[in-house]
Amino acid sequence: MNRLTLIRTVVIVAFFGLLEILCRTGIISPFTMIPPSEMAVELWLLIASGEVARGMRQTLGNVAVACFFAITVGFAVGAGVHAVPRLRRALDPFLTTYYAVPFFVFYPLLVFIFGMNNFPMIMIGFLFAVVAMIINTLNGLDKIPRVYRKVARMHHMGRTKTALLIELPYAIPNLFTGVKLAVAYSFIGVIAAEFILAPGGLGYAISFAYDNFDNNTMYALMLFILVLVTIINMSLHAYERRLLRRQGR
Amino acid sequence: MAGTQATYSRKDHERAERLRYLGDIALVILGIVVVWQILHMLAGDVAISSPLATAIRAGELLGSANFWPHAGETAKALVYALVIALLIGIGVGTWLGAHKLSGAVAEPILVALYSLPKITLYPLILLIFGLGIEAKIAFGAIHGVIPVTIFTMNAVKNINRVFLRSARVMKLTTMQTVTRILLPATLPEIVSGLRVGFSLTLLGVVIGELFSSHRGMGFLVMRAIGLHDVSTMMAVTLILAVAAVAISSILLYIDNRLHRRT
Amino acid sequence: MSHEVHARLEGVTRVYPAVAGNPPVHALGPIDLDLRKGEFFSIVGPSGCGKSTCMDVLAGLAPPTKGTVWFEDKRVHGNVPDGIGAVFQEDASFPWLTVEDNAAFGLRRAGVDAAEIRRRVEYALSFMGLKDFAKAYPAQLSGGMRQRVCIARTLVLQPRLILLDEPFGALDAQTRLLMGDELLKLWRETGATVLLITHALDEAAMLSDRIGAMSARPGRFLETVETGWSRDRDSRMLEGETFGHITGRLWQMLRSESKRAMGHEGGVA
Ligand SMILES: Nc1ncnc2c1ncn2[C@@H]1O[C@H](COP(=O)(O)OP(=O)(O)OP(=O)(O)O)[C@@H](O)[C@H]1O
Ligand SMILES: [Mg+2]
Repeated sequence: MNRLTLIRTVVIVAFFGLLEILCRTGIISPFTMIPPSEMAVELWLLIASGEVARGMRQTLGNVAVACFFAITVGFAVGAGVHAVPRLRRALDPFLTTYYAVPFFVFYPLLVFIFGMNNFPMIMIGFLFAVVAMIINTLNGLDKIPRVYRKVARMHHMGRTKTALLIELPYAIPNLFTGVKLAVAYSFIGVIAAEFILAPGGLGYAISFAYDNFDNNTMYALMLFILVLVTIINMSLHAYERRLLRRQGR
Repeated sequence: MAGTQATYSRKDHERAERLRYLGDIALVILGIVVVWQILHMLAGDVAISSPLATAIRAGELLGSANFWPHAGETAKALVYALVIALLIGIGVGTWLGAHKLSGAVAEPILVALYSLPKITLYPLILLIFGLGIEAKIAFGAIHGVIPVTIFTMNAVKNINRVFLRSARVMKLTTMQTVTRILLPATLPEIVSGLRVGFSLTLLGVVIGELFSSHRGMGFLVMRAIGLHDVSTMMAVTLILAVAAVAISSILLYIDNRLHRRT
Repeated sequence: MSHEVHARLEGVTRVYPAVAGNPPVHALGPIDLDLRKGEFFSIVGPSGCGKSTCMDVLAGLAPPTKGTVWFEDKRVHGNVPDGIGAVFQEDASFPWLTVEDNAAFGLRRAGVDAAEIRRRVEYALSFMGLKDFAKAYPAQLSGGMRQRVCIARTLVLQPRLILLDEPFGALDAQTRLLMGDELLKLWRETGATVLLITHALDEAAMLSDRIGAMSARPGRFLETVETGWSRDRDSRMLEGETFGHITGRLWQMLRSESKRAMGHEGGVA
């Protein structure tokens, strides 16, 4: 382990240690927060009871669907828009201000229209993630230097071959940034939607526990989501760094 | 000289280009409205109110005395949250940018925090701050502080060290170094951070209002849905979206201006 | 002396059309040029005079606005003919492929069989001094080495006309001279016609059979200088007297043009 990782680990452990002490000494009241060690124990019990697995299956399922469509649709739209410079210029201001719109205000409307099921949650996750993918696709395609298209022509490659064998591989690291964000944003979208109004899932379980003053379950689940999402996001982040480094960027 | 004519035609060209660009943007907006209208015709009044009806309802809301306290509540929460996010973000970001080791240790942690579904922490916020405006402010600030920190950190980290050495050669005081060199050098990036921070802070505040709140625009949406009042719900959403896009566009404009200079 | 003409430019000009309110740019010509089969020809000229444009037109990457381009008795007009290889001024190595996969790219596209690919790639890499880096990615190499990867990628296709646009721009002066020796060796071994674009007068003087000196934009040939070197020359001729004469001659022609290109002497259209 290198020095930075070591220091980072120490910082994180110290943070949770401090929380533990504050909770144990009663400086943070047990009605506000339970000690991290108890969260872990509670989480273990919840996992053993199979309750986490059920919520997780629903949440991960919705995230996966939202994410899949965000990535494919986002890439297709990004590539299409990139091919029409005039459209692209007109859309640019909308893309950059897109995330200023607090998207979750659409969620109640979606529930109202489609009913209380998985669809509105997937939709919110999708809407939240798709534009990140579009933006990064445009970005990636922008960055391909013109000289690569000359090289393609020197090799007598047509439009499709150039796209598949030169433009796509060149853009992959940037596209992967889009994928990484799409995953993170789908998680944020789906869990927030579950939290606000939903028939089930991890976010719903937390808000249900909150409404029923069940702090133990609530904190156990919080810990679970935060750890799960951090592991997923950080793995993607590490892989992205590797791709970028390999391409020397 | 022939050059004069060329400059004239170039100016004309630029004007034409600009007009076409604005026309294209208008077309995009028109496209959005048309899609909306089609959705309305497919789903009917009970699910999606028409663009016209929504606009009329939005006009009514903007003219009614009952609406403004809620808008004011959201605005107030937003402003407080943003100020807190800026103060903490610029402070911490400057430290992490200036101190190499701290920055290197903190960066992955910040990245991890940035992409967390922070909504899971909302019950904790509610338990600490209660159900009032404080919870919304805290939640908004949590969302906004991370991008401001990251942008500030990178800005400070990337300041050309030669600037600082020249400041010493020119015998500037600390105060002068800050106002004449550090601030101008980092301002463009800090404004970028503010722009992203604004969006996320608003998101945080609105999520806070959608969940166990009794005031604010988010609350209006939730109440309207309880009453099956689709046009009000959509009108509030529209007002919020237009305001957000307008503010963000202004920030984007300033952001671009500042970045072009460097 | 009679020479077989390998490629010919006749009254070629290239004007970049107006975009976004910028006036059209007359980048090149009119120029005439006969490249003789098997010769080493260099183009020197001030920055921005249209050298790269000239190469694009010759390679069929851009159509001439006026005039005609011939390569091996076929007309080239914005379509790339077989038998021409080009190495561009910008780094165009594929960052997602290893050095050997970079070199094999064109051969794989052409469906050459695996054993032959291996043979040619190995040869090209060792020729370009990249044998120890076959498994490395371009990001792990220096700028000059990446340019060599691009040369290897072109070489393996055994082009009859090789176009090189400032391939050693990223190298220090000493390494340039050594690379120049390698280039001469390559030229002798392949028997190909070489067109080298460079801004280094000494490089052009030492490597070429003939040197075309270009005017400031729109680029036109001011004069073509014959060096009269024998075919088995190398960088040691830098010591000789003739070398100084040739570079002196080139500089005499290009001094005022370079000034003009920098905008010192008015009249820049
Ligand atoms: N795609 C293009 N559109 C418009 N103008 C262009 C384009 N490419 C090149 N030019 C212009 O044409 C002129 C010649 O460019 P070119 O790249 O051929 O010069 P060069 O001699 O290769 O210069 P350098 O020595 O800097 O490589 C320049 O003034 C350049 O600005
Ligand atoms: Mg050039």
